[in-house]
Amino acid sequence: MKKITCKIRKIEKSFGSNKVLKSIDLDLEAGKVAVLMGANGAGKSTLVKILCGVHQADSGSIELFDQAFKPQKPVDAFKEGVVTVHQSINDGVVPDLDVASNLMLDRLTEKEFGLFINQKVLKINAKAIAETMGISINVETPVSELGVADRQLIAIARAMARKPKVLILDEPTSSLSSAEADQLFTVLEKLRKMNVAILYISHRMSDIRRIADNIITMRDGKISGQFSEKPLDYEAAVTAMIGHKMTEVDVETVSKGEIILEFKNVKLEPESSNINLTINKNEVVAITGLLGSGKSQLASILYGISKPSQGSIFLNGKRLENTSPQEAIKDGIHMSPKDRASNAIFQSFNIESNLTVPFTKNYSWLSFLRFKLLAEVAKTKIKDIGIVCQSEFDNIETLSGGNQQKVIVGRWLLQSCKLLILDEPFQGVDIKARRDIGKYIRESAGERATLVFVSELDEALEIADRVLVMHEKSFVGEHQNKNIDLEKILIEISGQVSTNSKNWNANGI
Amino acid sequence: MESKFNARYLAIRYGFLALLAGLLIFFSIFANGFAGPRSAVFIFQSVAITGILALGVTCTLVVDGFDLSIGSVATSSLMLSAYMLVILEQNAFVAVVVCLIMGAFVGFLNGILIVRMKVPDLLATLGMMFLLIGLQRVPTEGRSISTGMRLPSGEVAEGVFSTSFLWIGRHRFDFFLEKLIPVSVLIFLGVAFLVWLFLELTRHGRLMYAIGSNERAASLAGTNVNFYKILAYMISGVTASIGGILLSARLGRGDIASGNNLLLDSVAAALIGFAVLGAAKPNALGTAIGALFVGVLLQGLTMMNAPYYTQDFVKGGVLVIALVFTFALTARSHK
Repeated sequence: MKKITCKIRKIEKSFGSNKVLKSIDLDLEAGKVAVLMGANGAGKSTLVKILCGVHQADSGSIELFDQAFKPQKPVDAFKEGVVTVHQSINDGVVPDLDVASNLMLDRLTEKEFGLFINQKVLKINAKAIAETMGISINVETPVSELGVADRQLIAIARAMARKPKVLILDEPTSSLSSAEADQLFTVLEKLRKMNVAILYISHRMSDIRRIADNIITMRDGKISGQFSEKPLDYEAAVTAMIGHKMTEVDVETVSKGEIILEFKNVKLEPESSNINLTINKNEVVAITGLLGSGKSQLASILYGISKPSQGSIFLNGKRLENTSPQEAIKDGIHMSPKDRASNAIFQSFNIESNLTVPFTKNYSWLSFLRFKLLAEVAKTKIKDIGIVCQSEFDNIETLSGGNQQKVIVGRWLLQSCKLLILDEPFQGVDIKARRDIGKYIRESAGERATLVFVSELDEALEIADRVLVMHEKSFVGEHQNKNIDLEKILIEISGQVSTNSKNWNANGI
Repeated sequence: MESKFNARYLAIRYGFLALLAGLLIFFSIFANGFAGPRSAVFIFQSVAITGILALGVTCTLVVDGFDLSIGSVATSSLMLSAYMLVILEQNAFVAVVVCLIMGAFVGFLNGILIVRMKVPDLLATLGMMFLLIGLQRVPTEGRSISTGMRLPSGEVAEGVFSTSFLWIGRHRFDFFLEKLIPVSVLIFLGVAFLVWLFLELTRHGRLMYAIGSNERAASLAGTNVNFYKILAYMISGVTASIGGILLSARLGRGDIASGNNLLLDSVAAALIGFAVLGAAKPNALGTAIGALFVGVLLQGLTMMNAPYYTQDFVKGGVLVIALVFTFALTARSHK
């Protein structure tokens, strides 16, 4: 029998003249995981913000266990048992406090808690919460000493401490490795048995396949599809979300040019095996692997931020000796870093300024910026990659995530380079923007070598001529992107392949 | 986003300038003698030194830093110029150059403390402030410097403030009216123009704003973050020493007790500048207008016989209103 926990009827919301939500009807069932999919700007976040009390709906109703539910502020929502874990990790934890205090933070704000803190009771309660989540961290550790993934788990555990009736998770796995994601899924299983209704927002197909009881897709502020019959029709869901059928992007692998980048006996860590690797002109190479497999480390070595434990790297036959991004750029290496919000975006800048930051020298005369030229350059790039905006002077913050990412990738394509590195270029990017970026990268790949670091296999297959797999700081597999053996790659990614060989060579097959 | 020309947008962008215009009209009507070229020049002159210091602070604010040492750099420059002229008997040119070098050097030290020793900006410049306040008193055992003073060694100082040095502080150029515009006002306008040019029109200015907006991203985009941060503190140090030279040339003696209010007044001017044209960020034009705003208000109130001790209260009020303009209104419009 269906038990509806939360009934949403005819919710409408506008910001100014912009109608963001148009008559949303939605049921959240107890003990079921509803996955909400939608491109950026489809209205997912607004819907979530209404549910958790940040925004108020213009019209329509929400019922929680047949009672009217109208949260005016976030506190109202979670007192009623509607709990949200936001995407941005640091919204969920206080870095200066220890794990126990973080887990118990919401109790501390309650009046009944009293004036003084009983450290013993606090710790016992915190431990209990940590155990239900399967967190093995010492509760006395300050959160500031923990990694991103642990912080995320704690933010989620904190939500659990509120004993939720409805739990909303906004892209919870975007910074988790698969082992950590497993931990999360185990907890979600438990919550499902405890009859919590879960609304799960994600772009990751692998998560969705694994966890979804039903799929809801949103497009342009409307529910564009609901799928609950087993087996779930994922393709239809994606179609409903992006408005046209998801076609497998077929990569036409190209013939490659001369060798651009060469690794000779490079070791990332003293214990890891040797890497011998060549990357050629005109080819796009995707390097995939789990969080912590060494992808980011490799990227930062090439960009002059860190050094390999041993070995040498050659660019066009010349040994790379750059010690800063500045020098790397001079050598002809451009890198679009991962996590654009903290590593790439200048929030107070407009699109033009964000695009041109690394190359102001090329667009100035005696240090004076040539504003006409800058605007022209920006306009051209906006057209080329298809950035959706009013003009090149729009503030970067007014753009959706996908369009922001286009700006960041476009930044590094303003000037030609020998080697382009894209570290997680599809993070928090909707499928449409992802396709646009991928297409543009491939079209422009002719005169350089391109390295793309991605943790999603789908993304690698969409963009690359060659896919390399990393595991624990070493390379474990190489595949041409043609009739690729998916199963084998997955095995390599998860590290179930023997890595006894002390040497690893990839010079193209 | 809503239509660009709604009430809030207009309020954010032009509210503060409208307030300034309103004040000017109000004082012109009710304060006898307020409207007129001499009074206008007096306002400019009264804010010239504060304004110059404020422009330096603006540069450090742009890179998301802060310079608390400007007030003491200015007073050190005041004492150093007097020391050069009166005790070491140097000419005006040497005195000015030595002061500018001292300002640049202090700025460089601040920069090194912040980027190399990783001392937080407020603490580094606070330390520097104390250091300089103390240091400037050492050579004269805490006394002011003037011609004919008795030195610790028992000798009598024979040097004088040369006329060419005093010219900087006291000369007035003819401009329609005889002896209208003082040198200090021209220097203030000149520094404001240069800082504006640098921050708004050059790539270095844009990169400094980039550092202030997201230091990590600026570094990953190949910007030499440390260089620009040190540069910002050096600009701040140099402008502060210019302020000190002007003060010294105006006073004609190395007055140990002068310049107490310089730090707070100039920081206030730079912060008021956030509100001008809805910039919501440090900017040269805003800083200059912010300094003038305070000057207009004080001049008008003084002419209407408001007692001197209300001045700080008035400045504080202006600052709070400007900050509300900047943060409350612009923050809401971004939602």
